Amino acid sequence: MRHELMLVAVGVIVLIMDLMTSAETKHRIIPVAIVLFLVNTIIGFLPIETGKIFGGMYNTDDITILMKNAMNIGVFIIFLQSAEWLRRHEDRFNSHGAYFFIIVASLAGMDYLISSGDFLMFFIGTELATIPIAALVAIEKARSKSAEAGVKLILSAALSSGITLFGISLIYGTTGSIYFAEVSKAFGNNSLQILAFIFIFAGVAFKISIVPFHLWTADVYEGAPISITSYLSVISKASAIFILVILLYKVFYAIPDIRNNILYATSVLTMTIGNLFAIRQQNMKRFLAFSSIAQAGFVFLGIIGGTQIGFAAVVYFLLIYVFSNLGAFGVVAAISCATGKENMDDYNGLYKNNPKMSLVMMLSLFSLAGIPPVAGFFGKFFLFTSAAKEGYFILVLIAVVNVTISLYYYLLVIKAMFINEQENPIERIDNDIYTKLGLAICAAGILAIGFFGSIFDFINSKTFGAM
Amino acid sequence: MNSLLWLLAIPLVTVFVLMFCNDRRQYRLSAAFGMGLQLIYSFYLVFRYTAERSSGNTEQMVFMHEYRWFESFNIIFTTGIDAISLSLIVLTAIVTFTGILVSWNTEKLPKEFFISLIVLATGVFGFFMTIDLFTMFLFYELAVIPMYILIGIWGSGKKEYAAMKLTLMLMGASALLLVGILGLYTFSSPDANLLSFNILDIANANIPVDTQRFFFPMVFIGFGVLGALFPLHTWSPDGHSSAPTAVSMLHAGVLMKMGGYGCLRVAMYLLPEAAKELAWIFIILTTISIVYGAFGAIAQKDLKYINAYSSVSHCGLVLFAILMMNQTALNGSVLQMISHGLMTALFFALIGMIYERTHTRDIRLMGGLMKIMPFLGVCYMIAGFASLGLPGLSGFVAEINVFVGAFMHPDSFHRVATVIAVSSIVITAVYILRVVGKLLLGPLDEEHAYETGDARWNERWANVILIVSIAAIGIAPFWLSDALIKSLQPIIQKLQ
Repeated sequence: MRHELMLVAVGVIVLIMDLMTSAETKHRIIPVAIVLFLVNTIIGFLPIETGKIFGGMYNTDDITILMKNAMNIGVFIIFLQSAEWLRRHEDRFNSHGAYFFIIVASLAGMDYLISSGDFLMFFIGTELATIPIAALVAIEKARSKSAEAGVKLILSAALSSGITLFGISLIYGTTGSIYFAEVSKAFGNNSLQILAFIFIFAGVAFKISIVPFHLWTADVYEGAPISITSYLSVISKASAIFILVILLYKVFYAIPDIRNNILYATSVLTMTIGNLFAIRQQNMKRFLAFSSIAQAGFVFLGIIGGTQIGFAAVVYFLLIYVFSNLGAFGVVAAISCATGKENMDDYNGLYKNNPKMSLVMMLSLFSLAGIPPVAGFFGKFFLFTSAAKEGYFILVLIAVVNVTISLYYYLLVIKAMFINEQENPIERIDNDIYTKLGLAICAAGILAIGFFGSIFDFINSKTFGAM
Repeated sequence: MNSLLWLLAIPLVTVFVLMFCNDRRQYRLSAAFGMGLQLIYSFYLVFRYTAERSSGNTEQMVFMHEYRWFESFNIIFTTGIDAISLSLIVLTAIVTFTGILVSWNTEKLPKEFFISLIVLATGVFGFFMTIDLFTMFLFYELAVIPMYILIGIWGSGKKEYAAMKLTLMLMGASALLLVGILGLYTFSSPDANLLSFNILDIANANIPVDTQRFFFPMVFIGFGVLGALFPLHTWSPDGHSSAPTAVSMLHAGVLMKMGGYGCLRVAMYLLPEAAKELAWIFIILTTISIVYGAFGAIAQKDLKYINAYSSVSHCGLVLFAILMMNQTALNGSVLQMISHGLMTALFFALIGMIYERTHTRDIRLMGGLMKIMPFLGVCYMIAGFASLGLPGLSGFVAEINVFVGAFMHPDSFHRVATVIAVSSIVITAVYILRVVGKLLLGPLDEEHAYETGDARWNERWANVILIVSIAAIGIAPFWLSDALIKSLQPIIQKLQ
C-alpha cells in the first residue's frame, strides 16, 4: 500500500503548498513538486512486503510493484517535460498545484487498479484513474479544443464505465462473488458469464483504445495539452493493459477459446487500423495517437498464449514503451512549447538546428518501430516469440507485416527531420534543464534496456502464467 | 577478449571517435584508420583460422564463444566462423575500406556519412560472425536501416523514393524471415525448455517435413529478397543507382551477399528436406533472375543501372548455385559471392569516379574516356572482363564451378535450367563490351566538357586493392576453394 499512500501524501503536500503561494510565486511549486515526486519514485524502489489486505480486495506482488515503479518513472519524466510548458503558459492556469495534484491522484487510482483483488476495487481504481484525466484534458480551459476533448473523454468514459459495471453485475449475479479468486473458480461456459466477460473486456479495451473502441482517442489526444496526451497514451494505457492481463490470467482463464478468438480478432484489427490511420496523419499528436493504438495491438500477441513468458514479454514491452513513447512525446512537447508548431511539415530540416532532439526522436521512433539495436526491437521480438511458441504463426506474420507498415510512417518523420529541407527550419531550441533531463532519461532507457538481458529474466521470474 | 568480438569493437570505437572529431580531415582519417585496422585484423583472423585448422581442429565452427543474453528465451549470443563466413568477413573489410577511400572528399555532412557507413558495416560484420539466429536477425536489420538514411541524404536522382522502396522491401522480407526464424526456434527441440536459436543445435533437431515445407519458403524468400530474387529484385536497380558511390559498393558488394549466405546457412542447411522438395520453384525463379537481369542491363543507358541489373543477374547465379546442392556448385556459389562482391564494388567505385569527372552517367553522352583518364579506363576494362568471366580473373573461377556443378545433375530439368543460365554469359559479354567500347574507346566527345585529370591517390589505392583481390582469386583459387569445400561439408551432407 506504500505506493498509493506516498502518492496521496505527495498530492496533499503539493495542494497545501499551492494554497500558500501567491500569483507571483506560484511557479515555484514546479521544482518542489518535481523533487517531491522524485523522492516518491526512489522510495518506491525500497524493499516492501507483499501480500493481501482487506480480505483480498487489495493485493500486491513483485510484478505489480515493478509496474508501479515503472509508472512512477513515467510520470516523473512527464513532470520534467511539462515544467517548461507550465511556466510559459502561466496565465492559462489558476494554479500549478492543481496540475500536479490531479495527475498524482489519477496515478494513485491506477495503482489501486492494478493492485485490485476484486471487482469493486477494480471499478473504484478505474474511476479514480479516469475522472481526473478528464479534468486534466480540459485544463487549458481557454482553448476550445481542450474543453471539447475533455467533454468527449468524460462522455465516452462514462459509457465504458457503465458497460463495465453491467458486466460486473452479471458476474456477481452468476457467481455470487466479486473476488477474483472466487469468481475464477465459479467461472465456466455459462453464456451469461461469457457476456459478462465481453462487457468487462470492452470496458478495459476502451481504456487501452483497442479497435473498435478507439474512436475517442485521436480527438482527445489532439485536443489535450501534450503532457496530458503523453500521460494518457503511456501511463493510462500501460496500467489498463496490465490489469487486462491480470484479469485474463487470474479470472477468465476458463474460457481459452473465446478469449483467444477475441484477442486474435481485436489484435489484428487494432494493429492494422491503427497503422492505416497513422499513415495519413499530419499533426504529430494525432500521429503518435494512432501509432500508440497500433502498439497496443502488438501486446495481445504476448497475452494470447496465456503463458508466463508471454506475460513477462508484455510487461517488458510496456516498460520499453514508456521510455520510447515519452521520448517521442517529449520532443514534440519541447518543439510545440517553444514554437507552437505541431505538424510534420514543420519538422523539415529539424536536424540542421536541433541535432540532439532529432537524434532522440529518431531513437524513440526506431524503438517504437522495433528496429535494432534499440530496446523496442527486443520488446517486439519477445512478444512475437511468445506467440510463435504457442503456434500462432499466421498472427505473427500479420503482426510483422504491420511492423513494416508502421516503419513506413515512422520513416516519414525521420525523412522530414533528416532528409527534407525547407527555407526556415525550426530555430535552435534551448531547452531548460528539466526537459533535457527528461529526454536524457528516455534515451538512456531506450538504449540500455535491450542490452541487459537480466532485466527480462528478472521480470520473467516475477510473473505467473494462466492457472 | 574473444578474437571475433574485435570485429564489432573496432567499428564501434571508430564510430565513438568520429563523434568527437570536428573537421573533415579528422573524420576521414579516423574512419580510414579504423577500417584499415579492421582490414588488417580480418587478415590476421585468416592466419589464425589457417593455423587453427592446420593444428588439427576439425570443429565445424572455430573461435566459438557463448554470451548468455536472455536466459528465459535461451537466447545466447554465439560467435563462430568457418571458411565461408570468414571469406565474407574479409570481403566486407575490403569493400568497407575501399568505400571510405572512395568517399574521401564527401562534402555534405561528412561526419554523419562516415558514422552511418560504419554502422552499416558493423551490422554486416555481426551478421557473418554469429551462429545464432537471433543475433543474425538483429544484425540483418541493423545493416538495412542506415541504408535509408545514407541513400536519402547523400543519394542522387529520385533518392527518397528509392530509399523508401529499398527499406520497405527489405524490411518486408525480414517479416517473412522473422516468422521463419521463430518457426525454426519453436521446432528446434521437442522439449519446450530447451528451444534454441543456435544454428548448430537446430541442425540436429530433425524438424518434421511438413513444418519444413511451411517455413522453407519464408526463410528462402526472406533472405532471397536481399539476394535480388526475381520478382522481388525491384528495389535493387533503383536503390543502387540512387545511392552514393560507397553505399552502392557496400550494398551490391556485401549486403546482397548476406542474402546468399542466409539462404545457404539457414534455409538450405536447417531445412534440407523441404529444400530438396521445393528447390524447383526457386530454380525457375533464379534462372529468370539470371537471364532477365542480363537483358535488363542491355536495355539501360545509365551506367549505374547497367551495373545494378548485372548485379541482379550475378546474384541470381549465387542463389541458382545454392539450389543445385552439390559440392561443386556450392563452392561456386560462395566463390561467386566473393568474386561478385569485389568486382561490383570496383564497378561502382569506377562509375562514381567517372561521374565525378563527366557529371553524367548516360553512356550516350560519353566517349573516348581512355584518352583522358587512362588509369580509370584500364581499371574499368579489368572490372568488365572479370564480370564477363575472363579466365585469370575471379569471375571465371566462380562461374565455371557453378555451371559444371549445375550440369552434374543428370535430369533434364536441371540441365535445361543450366543451359538457359549459361546463355547469360553471352548476354553479359554483349553489354560489357558495348559499354567498354562506347565509354572508353572511340572518339572523345568534345561537346561535353570533362573535368580532366586521372585518378587521385585515394582512388588509385581503392582500385588497386580491389583489382589485386580479384586477380588473386582468379589466378590461385585453390587456396580459397580448398578451405571452402571443407567448411561446406556439413551443409552438403544434410542435402544429400
